[in-house]
Amino acid sequence: MSVVPVSYYLILSAILFGLGVVAFVFKRNIITIFMAIELMLNAVNLAFVAFARAWNQLDGLVFVFFVIVVAAAEAAVGLAIVMTIVHNRQTLNVERVNLLKL
Amino acid sequence: MSLPFLLFFAFALVAVLGAVLLILAKEPIHSALSLILVMVALAVLYLLLGAEFVAAVQIIVYAGAVMVLFVFVIMLLNAGVEERTNWSKIATWVGTPLAFFLLFELGHFLGRSKAGAAIGTGSGPGVSGAAFSTAELSKLLFTNYLFPFEATSILILIAILGAMILAKKEE
Repeated sequence: MSVVPVSYYLILSAILFGLGVVAFVFKRNIITIFMAIELMLNAVNLAFVAFARAWNQLDGLVFVFFVIVVAAAEAAVGLAIVMTIVHNRQTLNVERVNLLKL
Repeated sequence: MSLPFLLFFAFALVAVLGAVLLILAKEPIHSALSLILVMVALAVLYLLLGAEFVAAVQIIVYAGAVMVLFVFVIMLLNAGVEERTNWSKIATWVGTPLAFFLLFELGHFLGRSKAGAAIGTGSGPGVSGAAFSTAELSKLLFTNYLFPFEATSILILIAILGAMILAKKEE
């Protein structure tokens, strides 16, 4: 079976998480920022599955299942909020959504 | 080089390329398509790790349902090219060093970890054999994790109600 060391998966997970952080910070479009959050959740899921395999424990997979469920709920509510923002301010740019800014 | 290594490197490359494309894409729809690429590549990696159920859920729920929702909202809002604004000075002078510090930290700790721990040699309690069995997973989900499982159904219900109320046009 698979003989790829668990550290390889963790390095890939860290790279994907880092790219997600970069996208989250650099992007201006609110929908793309949501996608960056999904990318980070995916990176964490990969680490969960890799650890589950490393210790041969199923609990990691159960956590991945819950992460996916919460991500789906978050996407539904988040995109509804995006639609409300666009309805109220006619823009997708997060820098134009600055009512709480000093 | 054996087949698992080859598959791992091929699909890891696809995943990283997809993530880079997500950052470089100017239009949100291109970002969404590259994110789907990342998710499918990760599903193949889950199969490589023997997690068949998670791979299927990844394709069906993530690449299917969630990303369709994203693409649908992009279409609905007619999201075009990202508009450029001026960078803030604080982001340039504080954010860049902090980003490099984060990268350094990650590299440092990953470098310290032993690369010898091979996957699939664990002998702890739980699943034996090549792949995780979905039957064992469902048994665990409906016994030890029954309460969190039921709680997520309420969470989903509240999320649906919240999304409906938020997206509703006020009269």
